[in-house]
Amino acid sequence: MSAHEFAEDRQAPTLIARFIQRAHIDLPLLVTVLLLAGLGLVVLYSAGGQDPGLLQRQAVRLAAGLVMLLVLAQVPPYLLRMWTPWIFLVGMLLLLAVLGLGVMGKGAQRWLSLGPVRFQPSEMMKIAVPMMIAWYLAEQPLPPRPGRLLAAVLMIAVPAVLIARQPDLGTALLIAASGFFVLYLAGLSLRLMVAGALAAIPAGWALWTFGMHDYQRRRVLTFLDPERDPLGAGYHIIQSKIALGSGGVYGKGWLNGTQSHLEFLPERSTDFIFAVYAEEFGLLGALLLLALYIALILRGLYITNQAQDTFTRLLAGSLTLTFFVYVFVNTGMVSGLLPVVGVPLPLVSYGGTSMVTLMAGFGILMSIHTHRRLLPT
Amino acid sequence: MPSHITIKDYIQESQLTLNRTVLALAVIGLLFAALVGRLTWLQVVSHAHYRDLAQDNRVKIEPLVPTRGLILDRHGRRLAVNLPAFSLELTPELVDDMDTTLAALGQLVEITEADLERFEGLRARQPKFERIPLRFRLSEDELARLAINRHRYPGVDVQARLDRHYPYGAAFAHALGYVGRINVQELQTLDPVAYRGSTHVGKLGVEKAYEAQLHGVVGLQEVEVNAQGRELRVLEREAPAPGQDLRTALDVDVQMAAIAALDGRRGAVVAIDVKDGGVLALVSEPAHDPNLFVHGISKKDYATLTASKARPLFNRALVGRYPPGSTVKPFVGLAGLANGVIGPDQRKYCPGFYQLEGREHKYRDWKKQGHGPVDLHDAIVQSCDVYYYDLAHHLGIDRLHDYLAGFGFGRRSGIDVGGESNGLLPSSAWKRAARNQPWYPGETLIAGIGQGFMQTTPLQLAVATAQLARGGLALTPRLVLEPEPPAPERPPASVPIDAKHLELTFGAMTDVVHGLRGTARRIASDAYRIAGKTGTAQVFTVAQEEEYEEEEVAAHLRDHGLFIGFAPADDPRIAVAVVVENGGSGSRSAAPVARAVMDRYLVGSQW
Repeated sequence: MSAHEFAEDRQAPTLIARFIQRAHIDLPLLVTVLLLAGLGLVVLYSAGGQDPGLLQRQAVRLAAGLVMLLVLAQVPPYLLRMWTPWIFLVGMLLLLAVLGLGVMGKGAQRWLSLGPVRFQPSEMMKIAVPMMIAWYLAEQPLPPRPGRLLAAVLMIAVPAVLIARQPDLGTALLIAASGFFVLYLAGLSLRLMVAGALAAIPAGWALWTFGMHDYQRRRVLTFLDPERDPLGAGYHIIQSKIALGSGGVYGKGWLNGTQSHLEFLPERSTDFIFAVYAEEFGLLGALLLLALYIALILRGLYITNQAQDTFTRLLAGSLTLTFFVYVFVNTGMVSGLLPVVGVPLPLVSYGGTSMVTLMAGFGILMSIHTHRRLLPT
Repeated sequence: MPSHITIKDYIQESQLTLNRTVLALAVIGLLFAALVGRLTWLQVVSHAHYRDLAQDNRVKIEPLVPTRGLILDRHGRRLAVNLPAFSLELTPELVDDMDTTLAALGQLVEITEADLERFEGLRARQPKFERIPLRFRLSEDELARLAINRHRYPGVDVQARLDRHYPYGAAFAHALGYVGRINVQELQTLDPVAYRGSTHVGKLGVEKAYEAQLHGVVGLQEVEVNAQGRELRVLEREAPAPGQDLRTALDVDVQMAAIAALDGRRGAVVAIDVKDGGVLALVSEPAHDPNLFVHGISKKDYATLTASKARPLFNRALVGRYPPGSTVKPFVGLAGLANGVIGPDQRKYCPGFYQLEGREHKYRDWKKQGHGPVDLHDAIVQSCDVYYYDLAHHLGIDRLHDYLAGFGFGRRSGIDVGGESNGLLPSSAWKRAARNQPWYPGETLIAGIGQGFMQTTPLQLAVATAQLARGGLALTPRLVLEPEPPAPERPPASVPIDAKHLELTFGAMTDVVHGLRGTARRIASDAYRIAGKTGTAQVFTVAQEEEYEEEEVAAHLRDHGLFIGFAPADDPRIAVAVVVENGGSGSRSAAPVARAVMDRYLVGSQW
């Protein structure tokens, strides 16, 4: 009897370990993602006014995202690499189709209806652009020659401009950033980057002076200084800062945030959910959340450097750095460090056209890490 | 491919990425440190401050919409005012179930698709806890139905707002324009701060051109609310600054006199103060009621307006393009004198037609038997075409073009409301560029009597007449007197005119009205002297005039009647241009309208 139990005890961990290995799961990555998503549901319950329906819809999205993650983890990187140009091409065609429909519909158009499924090609491009750049740069030795660099910049700029015209400037900038990160990891000359940043100053000045209408300048000013618009963006930031500050070190406790429950805080389930969280769980809670994000980013960068070929290395690095940008832009905005940009807090904010995309990214990271082979040395 | 190169690359490249990762990590670390610093500042250092703020946080900020400036005539009579009206507004955050509520409200009051669309547009843009208008201008019945049922729908309010109203209705529609509800396109371009809470914006005419002055500056009020968001009391108020009132140059009496004199005929009247360029009357008939547009015109009303053959939405005074006909003759005469092509007393013989050398084609005078020997004075008074055929032939199209351009023909007058047409002043260069054809001498002849390619707006005719009355001194017309309109971008240049030439032209134009053989002698007045010129523009030669329907073919073929003039002839104060579409001869149709307008302005009584 006891011998039998002992045998089972010894067998059990190996079985699980074997399953995890067979299923191409990277445990640290999966656990962190699940912890973040779980924490997100807890906050959302409070932010959404304890609406079980809201929670249920978010859980369904999470489940769909997890399925996406697990499916992509099974796809070996060489296949991804093979499909990359086609995925990029299809994404570009869909973007053009959406733009065409948008022109006909006389307004912003981001969605493409494929039967019952509505589909946002710009979401697909969030993954397709870094894949394409990584694929293109991996063909030749790094760092890329000037000609290749220029071609790569075009491959980033064209979809980014198309998306900016939808108009969805936030997504366009994120996609441009993801492409830029590939270039950066591929050894884009630091001098060139500094020169580019310096060149942006007179270009920005020229755009401001000659290229903008008065109303556009006012928009930019309001964007940079939300207090200019005390009824709009400024109101969001003031209320969000009160929420964070009044939370203190230990927070007001779950479901006890006055800023959110008295409805002073706008967009509390979506873009400003971090303020709800930090009001109720305080600085300690905020640090815990940031620690989870840092863990995820560190794991991503570890996977990057363990990757066995240039394509997977560049792709993994870009996906991880872009994820960091999401986290930082959102938390920076909520705490008044950055201007108000409509970027959700990844894995936590309600709604999630981007949830599935994020999960797809993590799936690719897992695939890259779990399909490694021992190298003949 | 030798494999050792690949391996070397691999090591180098993985080292490169590692270096870059370390650098990125350093930046990420710095940024996270900044974030943690910020959180510490807010949550630890400033905690007490924000805790107090949160405790006192019962304050909501609301916009206070400024009152739109009035539009007055020159004597202070109100042309555009604001009247109280009731609108149905919703605060989405307080509404339990938006779809059900909207459906229920649809049972109580009429809500159109357009109302819903605008409501959704505003909802996406407005900050939380702000009322968003769903329906404007509720009727008494609708107000009563809402008053009984409103308690059943939280977040639904009836608000009193001020609405734009035009007391004179259609009379000033084309002079003032109108305001309308802010649409989705305008949301993109309007300053979201300045227009917070505003529902209307100038769409056309004075209302649009002076939007910045009329709108005013939005105010704020801080309101204490309870936990459900209901308002308890006003804590602080930053009053809105009302928009500036505009005093226009328009004169209600003169405008009404012009409309009455047109007597339902299609046409346009523009009267200008010769001294300062102020527009005394700007009439385009028929016109539409601008009050229909303030709250979005109904599809049916709009269809009626657009389907009407008389085209009430078309601003004839600013955009209508008419051949000037014989009204151009005083200007062409001056062109001939200035270029030395004719002498002041030089006579030409008019046999009733004109032929170019070696050509068969006869260019007819309007008087079949001819005017006999005529000098410039006679040619203006009797409107002799043959004299002008010969004058234009010797002058040539390009010299004619250059001189007439000095009086503002062929370009925008720069009136302070914009939206005007260029008209068309032809030249050989224009024809080559626009039609890729050479200029034919015959075309110069008919240009000399204001026919052919040349097209003018009634406003251009009035401005040119006023400039003539000022002895060639250029002017820019303006609808608004106060506040001072912006200076025109391209101030027009004056035309120097020899005093003798001017005296001759003024004398001839006075004899048009007061002479025994003048074409407009029927409108001669004892009270003051008028200098004028009649014109009759042939319509059927102009291919562009296709908008008239087939049923009206007979009327469509009738000529446009024109008249330009200024008065008093010895000390001009008012210049008038009149076009009566398909009115037949200018002396019968248009001249009496001008007389009525001048009488009203100079004498104060009607003819």
